[in-house]
Order: sequence, then C-alpha cells, then structure tokens
Amino acid sequence: MAIKFALKPPKAIRECLHRNGPLGSGQHWQRTAAQTLAFVRRINYDPILLFFLMLIAAIGLVAGYSASDQSVIWVEKSAFRFALAFLLMLAIAQIPQRFFFTIAPWLFGFVVLLLVAVYLFGDIGKGARRWLDLGFIRFQPAEILKLGMPMMLAWFLAKRPLPPRFFDVVLALMLIAVPTILIILQPDLGTAILVMMAGLFVLFFAGLSWWYVLGFGVAVSAAAPLMWFYVMHDYQKERVLTLFNPMADPLGAGYHTIQSMIAIGSGGVWGKGWLQGTQSHLNFLPEGTTDFILAVYAEEFGLLGLIILFGLYLAVIWRGLTIAANAESTAGRMLAAAISMTFLVYVFVNAGMVIGILPVVGVPLPLMSYGGTALVTIMIALGMLMSIRTQRSFLGHER
Amino acid sequence: MSIRDAWRSARPTRLGDRGLDTRHRARQIFRRRIMMAALLALVVFAVLVWRAAFLQVDRHAHFSELAESNRTRTLVIPPERGRIFDDAGRVVADNIATFQVQITREDATNLKQELIILQEVLNLDDDTMSDLRERIRFGRSFDPMLVKSDLTPYEMAKIAQLQPWLPGVEIQSSLKRVYPYRQLLAHVVGYVGRINVADLKKINPDLYQGTQYIGKSGIERQYEDELHGKPGHKEVEVDALGRVVKVLNVVRPTPGKDIHLSLDVPLQGIAAATLGGFSGAVVVEDPETGAIKAMVSRPSFDPNLFVDGISQKNYQALLNDPERPLYDRAMAATYPPGSTIKPVMALAGLQAGILDPNKKFFAGPYFQIPGDAHHYRDWQKWGHGWVTLDDAITQSCDVYFYDLAFRLGIDKLHQFLTEFGLGAKTGIDLPGESTGLVPSREWKRKTKGQVWYPGETVIAGIGQGYMLTTILQLAQTTATLAESGKRYRPWLVKTNAAIEPPIVMNQPGYWQDVRHGMFDVVNGPKGTARRIAAPYLIAGKTGTAQVFTVAQNARYNAKDLAKKLHDHALFIGFAPYDDPKIAVAVIAEHGGSGAGTTAPMARKIMDYYLGYRANNPVKVELINHGD
Repeated sequence: MAIKFALKPPKAIRECLHRNGPLGSGQHWQRTAAQTLAFVRRINYDPILLFFLMLIAAIGLVAGYSASDQSVIWVEKSAFRFALAFLLMLAIAQIPQRFFFTIAPWLFGFVVLLLVAVYLFGDIGKGARRWLDLGFIRFQPAEILKLGMPMMLAWFLAKRPLPPRFFDVVLALMLIAVPTILIILQPDLGTAILVMMAGLFVLFFAGLSWWYVLGFGVAVSAAAPLMWFYVMHDYQKERVLTLFNPMADPLGAGYHTIQSMIAIGSGGVWGKGWLQGTQSHLNFLPEGTTDFILAVYAEEFGLLGLIILFGLYLAVIWRGLTIAANAESTAGRMLAAAISMTFLVYVFVNAGMVIGILPVVGVPLPLMSYGGTALVTIMIALGMLMSIRTQRSFLGHER
Repeated sequence: MSIRDAWRSARPTRLGDRGLDTRHRARQIFRRRIMMAALLALVVFAVLVWRAAFLQVDRHAHFSELAESNRTRTLVIPPERGRIFDDAGRVVADNIATFQVQITREDATNLKQELIILQEVLNLDDDTMSDLRERIRFGRSFDPMLVKSDLTPYEMAKIAQLQPWLPGVEIQSSLKRVYPYRQLLAHVVGYVGRINVADLKKINPDLYQGTQYIGKSGIERQYEDELHGKPGHKEVEVDALGRVVKVLNVVRPTPGKDIHLSLDVPLQGIAAATLGGFSGAVVVEDPETGAIKAMVSRPSFDPNLFVDGISQKNYQALLNDPERPLYDRAMAATYPPGSTIKPVMALAGLQAGILDPNKKFFAGPYFQIPGDAHHYRDWQKWGHGWVTLDDAITQSCDVYFYDLAFRLGIDKLHQFLTEFGLGAKTGIDLPGESTGLVPSREWKRKTKGQVWYPGETVIAGIGQGYMLTTILQLAQTTATLAESGKRYRPWLVKTNAAIEPPIVMNQPGYWQDVRHGMFDVVNGPKGTARRIAAPYLIAGKTGTAQVFTVAQNARYNAKDLAKKLHDHALFIGFAPYDDPKIAVAVIAEHGGSGAGTTAPMARKIMDYYLGYRANNPVKVELINHGD
C-alpha cells in the first residue's frame, strides 16, 4: 500500500481504500472524492454557524492586520490560532452531547476544588491570585467554569421536574453561589459575574418563575451599593467612575475610554478606510489587537462596518437560540440557550466598553480579539452548540 | 424549525398551559424564554448600534476634530543630576555629554541590513548584536533601542556619512556621570549605575521617567533624592507617521540639587598618598564641627567603571582581588582598636573612681589574674617599672591597663565605652556604616552562648579580644578627646551636622590628665610617637592591633612572619594640642607598629592641613584625572 497511516485511518477512508484497491487504479480519484465527501458529510457541524463564525474571524484578521501595524507575522500567528480553534470546535462538535452532562458534575466539583486550591496557594499575578501553577502549565480554573457552570446547572435541572420547584431553585442558586464567591475572593469580579450569569441563564431557561426573575432584579439593585462599599476594589470603582466622567482623568483611568471613543467617533459612517486609522497607528489607542480591536475596526470601517459586524454576531446568537429551540434533550436545550446568551454577554460587555457605555473590563470580543484562553473557551462552547444541534429528536421532531 | 415557528407554537393555546402535560408545558415555557432571549439580543444590538451611531454620526465632527488634534505626544525630559563638589568647590561628580546611537524598528526600511552596517561600523561583537536583536524584536516598534553609547567622534562621523543608508538610526546626546578623581573618592562619593529591578521597587516611577541612572553607593545613594531632581516634559505635535512636526509646550525639568561635601580633595590625595602601598584607611575630622575633611580607603577602584554597567571581567577582577578594593576600610571594616583605646580606658577608670592619675603603679613584664597562671604580657619584655597614668599612656604600658580593666570589670567598661559612642554607628551621612563591637556579658551569651571570662576583660583593656571599631569611630573618639567631651555628629554634607550630647566627667580635670598623656606620646622623651614631634603641638596615641595571637612564651619576630600576619598599625591624634583643629585616625593593615608606620602618616596629613611646610615636603602623587 502506498500510503501508510500513522494512526488508524477513519472508517470511511478504510472502506474507500478497500473497495478501490491500490491508489491510482481506474476511477480511483473520482471515487475517492465522492467517498471523501461522504466522510466530510459525516463530520458533524453546523454550516450556518460555521459560515458566520468564519466571516467574523476573517474580519478579525483584517482589522488585526491594521491594528498590529501591518504585521504579517501577527496575521500568520493569529490565523494559525484561529485554524486551531476552529479545529477544536469541530472536534468538540463530534462528541455526543450526553458526554458533556456525564462529566458535568465531576468537572464542576474538580474545578471548585481547584478554586479552593488557588485560594489557598495560587500564584499571584498582577496583584490577583488567579493562577494555579501545576509546574508544567499555569491556568485559571475560573476560566473552565465559564462552561462548567452552565453544564452543571443544565445537568442538575434536567433531572428534576420543570419548571423548577422552590427547593431545586435554592439548590441551584447554591451551586452558582459557591464558585462565584470563590472567584470574587481571587479577586476577579469580571469572571465571577460572567460565571454567575452563565448559571443564571440556565435557571432562566429552565422556566424559573418570573417572580424569581423579578426578585433577582431587585436583589441586584439592592446589592449594587453593598458591592460598591464592600466587595469592589479601588481600581474597579475607578473604572466605573471613569465611565460616568472619562474626562476626570484623561491621561489615567479615562485614557482608554476617551481614545477609543475618539477612534470610533472620528470614523464616521463610512470609516477612514482600511489601514487609514490614525488613532491606532499613532499608538493613541492601546491594546489595539486585543480588547480594543473593535475601536480600530470602527475607525476604519465606520458605522456601516459596525452594523455588518453586529449583524454577524446577532446571526450567530440567533442561530444558537434556534439550535436551542430545536434541541430535544432538556439539558441540551438549556445548555445551548445559555451558551448563546453568554456569547451575547461577551459581545455586549466588550462592545459596550469600547463604545463607552460600560466600564473597562478585560473581556475580549469573541473571534476578533487576539487572545488564547478566551478563544479556546468560546470555541469549545460553540463546538458544544454544534454537538447539541446534531442530536435533535430522533423520535418525532415536534411534540 | 425557525424561531418564528417556535413563537407560533409557544403562543398560549385556547386550552391554556394547564391543560398540557408538564413536559410539554416546560418545553413551551422554554420556547417563550427563547423568544425573550432573542428579543433581548435584538435590544442589546439595537443599543450598541444606537450608541455607535450617536458617536459616529451625531458627534462625528467633534471626534474628528479631537482625532486631528490628537496628534500630540508627550515626551519626557529627564532632569540633570545634581553635581557633587568638595569643600573648595572642585567638582568630584560631574555630568558630561556623550552621544549614543539608537535605532527605531518602525522607521527602518531594511532592518537586517542596517544592523549589519552598524555592527561593521561600530565594531560590535556578536553577543551585543544578538541582545540588540532580541530587544528590537520584543520592544515596541516605535521605541528607539540603544545600539551603542559613548560614541567616539570617528564613529559619529561614520554614522553621519552613512545616514542615507540608515533610515531609523539616529544619534542622541545624553548626559553621563563622570568621577574626575576616579579612585581617590570612590568609597565616599560612591557611584551611580543603571536602574535595576531592585531599584524599581523602591523608586517612584513617575520621577524616574527617562532616567537611566540611580545612586548605588556612597553620597550618590545617600543623597539620591536631592541629586535626582524632577523630570519635565515636552508636548510635541506629530504627523501621521509619528514624526515630530512642532513643539507645543515645554515644562522644563527641575535639575537635581548640587551637593557640597566637607571633603578637601588635596587633603584626601595626601592622605591616600601617605598610605603608600599599605591597605588601610584614614579619616580626618574637624573636631570643632564634626566635618569629615578626608576619608580614604585603600586600595580603591574606579567608580567610572560602574556607571554604564561594569563588564563581567572587570567586576570579577575587583571581586577576586585579595586586597578587596570594593571594601570600605574607613567605616564598613572593623578592626581591634589596640592601644588606641587606652585613653578611653583611662577615662573609664577615672570616671569610675578607681584610678588616681598620680598614683604610681608597678608595671612588671606581665599581668596575672590572682589565682591564674596565665601571663598577660606587656609589649616591652622587661616591663615599664613604676608608672603614673601619664607614663602609662605615654609608653603604652599594657600591664597598667590590664590591671585597670580587670579592676573596672566588663560591665562598667562596656557601659562607659558605649556611652562614648563605640559599638554604635556614628551617624555619618553614608550608607553601609558598621557598628563595631563593644563586648559585654550579654552579647557573649547571645552570640556565643558562653559566659564571660575575666581574662577577656583583661585583654579588652588594651583593645584586643572581641572589641572592634571602625576607623571612623576612632576619628570620632579622637575628636571627642580633642574637644574634652564635646561631640558633633560626623558629616559630609552640612545638613547632617548635629551636636550630640557631650560626655561629662565627674571632674573636668580628668580630660586634661588623659589629653596630657596623649600629648606626651608625641612630645615626651619616652613617648612612643616621639619621632613625629612637630613645631606645632600634636597629641596622639599609637596602636597595634594583633592579627594573630603570639603563643605563651614565644617571641614575636616581625622578620620571620609573612606580611599578612604582621600586626595592623594604628594611630590616632589631634593637633594643635591647645586648640584642636584636626583629628586623625589612621590604620595601615599589616603595617607593623603604629609608632613606625602610621604616626608619620598622620604627621604629614596634619602638616598639610595646618599649613606647615616642612623642609622635606610630602611628595603628593596627584591623581591623574579627566579621561
């Protein structure tokens, strides 16, 4: 045989080779193409979602090329990361969704233990105790919970009668509260809020009574002043204050917001044109390739570009919600919906920060910002979404 | 199924939710929730677009204007470091202009080729180049990176000539710290060096923007805050490529304050020269004010080596030198004071009331503790016979002071010497001063875990055993003796001058008893330092600090011993006797005897300081400086 596989080749190719004999014989290529297509068809993915995601990633590369001062190296590196991330997403999409819920409680328990470990002897980086150093790898356990939390809650609630009864709601809230508090202690308020939101979304989609939702709203507005005085650190307060009056400290805390707003505002409807942005190229705009890439994009592509980009994000979320609506298993649909909404929160928090309606927090823009862990988390989530889409009802599409 | 279908099927039926089974009901609620979520997503994006439209349409003109005027950058102008002067206004630490080449990645058209040209022209080795490449790779593209500092005129001309082929390469002038007197003042003035990570933790980064140097030792470190100054800044307008088009506003930096030292450079030079080939130290103090007029530690090093980062080779050479040139022998090193402590011992005895200055005491060849066979020998084999206190000081009679210390006891001895300022820092305005050591029972119990033996008290009486002092402390002690108890904190910079509580004796005459003893050391017929007797009146005390212990009944023969086993020679002295103007403490390591080695050194220093010109003047080896 001409080709030697390091690993056992996929079944489709094995069958193909078996049937067609040695390579190069007869109508080999024609058949191989057909069978490869058959194999590709068997790869489980959602073409619509994939299409929109790839468009966003492409825009990210285009904007990043400009933001990185036209560094081809940056684009190569970034494209390589995106390729890996998409492969990861497709790999996750092949996993049956049952698996996510089988591991959910174990993963959740494990991560909470890790959080306790981080609390006790984590590495201190940039004044916060977030990292766990295992010698060969340093990672933030809290990052895992961004997915672990909705998985756990979906698994937990799906086993119980829905809409959840009072007792179940209390248990679910405790499941949310414990890791959230541990993350706040790190202190990492941003991640804590994202993790808590992911959990609350599952509760919401489980059919939590509107009274609870209302009650939660009241609790948040009551807790806000308490948070201000007891939980939030000075730098966090400063960021919030800056939002209301960025000109108070134009070279300090307000600098990011002001420069970013100037970049966006000066872009106008049509933008200054690709590679023509002055704000980013004169280095007034910091972190152009990471958290503030949207400002670079908006400066060069204008309102029109923003509307197109937001449209793409909306399409992704829309598609995610559709997948959720069609999902058969209770846990699956809750998880899918929660993932879609988390995605929305990411986009909203980052875009809100860039256009100056939310305080500066380090949340990246999905698929646009250059960043490792966040990209991995998002792609795993989207892979799960695709996996959930596949396992639609096999018994009766509708009920 | 689309979301529209979901909405349709989620609409409440006529039967109402209650009629459906729970599973169906949950699913219906879920679909309604999905609708809510979709609505929420729409609202969120509407808000984002609305806000973006507000910025980009409504406020577009405003922000465009801001973006245009945003083409300003703030450049830091580092302050000029204050200079350091000696007593007569000679510059001992100066700033001179140097030129350096730097390269900006962003502006370089062909970085690789330019680096090759630079390597060729500036003779850079491969290590420097690989380091430079790393810095360029990891630095920001618009930050200039230092290629080489201290350009020679030839190199500058070469770079200028090649300018058309070197876009992005520029020559920058900057100020460099220079110490014109090189090793003469290295330990006192100290040196500056590049700011390192440890420094970064201590300093206020705002004040050090654009600054390369920070004081690392000596005066440079002690008065860092004054010397440094405050940076200014310059607002410049840049074009779309970041080039400076116009200077808009300049806030001048506040230069650092100049520091004036009490040191006198020629005196320092003479002091260093008199030490000759000996390792050792000299401290000259003005007893009337506490001003340090000279502070020499030999051997020394060239502080200019440290300014731009000392090379590994040079640093190793300094570290591995057996004479340890980096070590400050004037105040960081501690030595047994030897016989120079005897005047203070005598004061301790007088104060305790156990000594009658005029009572004759028979000093034989050795002292014995009653009931102990050990012989504490005198330096003079045959003893000194019947001596008064004055004789004891003059002839440096060991047995007299063995007896005195034994009768005084270690507790009183410790108390008086501590009161005198020994065993504690003098408070001079320099970092790294040692405390020295005045031993006590408690000290020995704590550090050695042993009880105090009477024999240790006996040898403490002649400044041996555990007792340790710095040369600065000896100079301070001499100044106190010169001024009969009045004390001033030693200082190099006027702001550190302070009066310290004087030492009051029970009878003022005690001072005179001891001072006269010291006078006779130089001017008496039997004085150990009688060979330095001068037309003006010197009082002093010789000393010899044992480096190793001579075995019982063995004889000390200088010729047979290797130089490193020779005793340290010490001398303290002040002059003129009636109205002291100068107090000197000298040590010459392995110099043999205080009388033979260090006393003449002190004489030469006093000669110069007091303006006395002998027929055979001191030949001052003036240190060549400048390059």
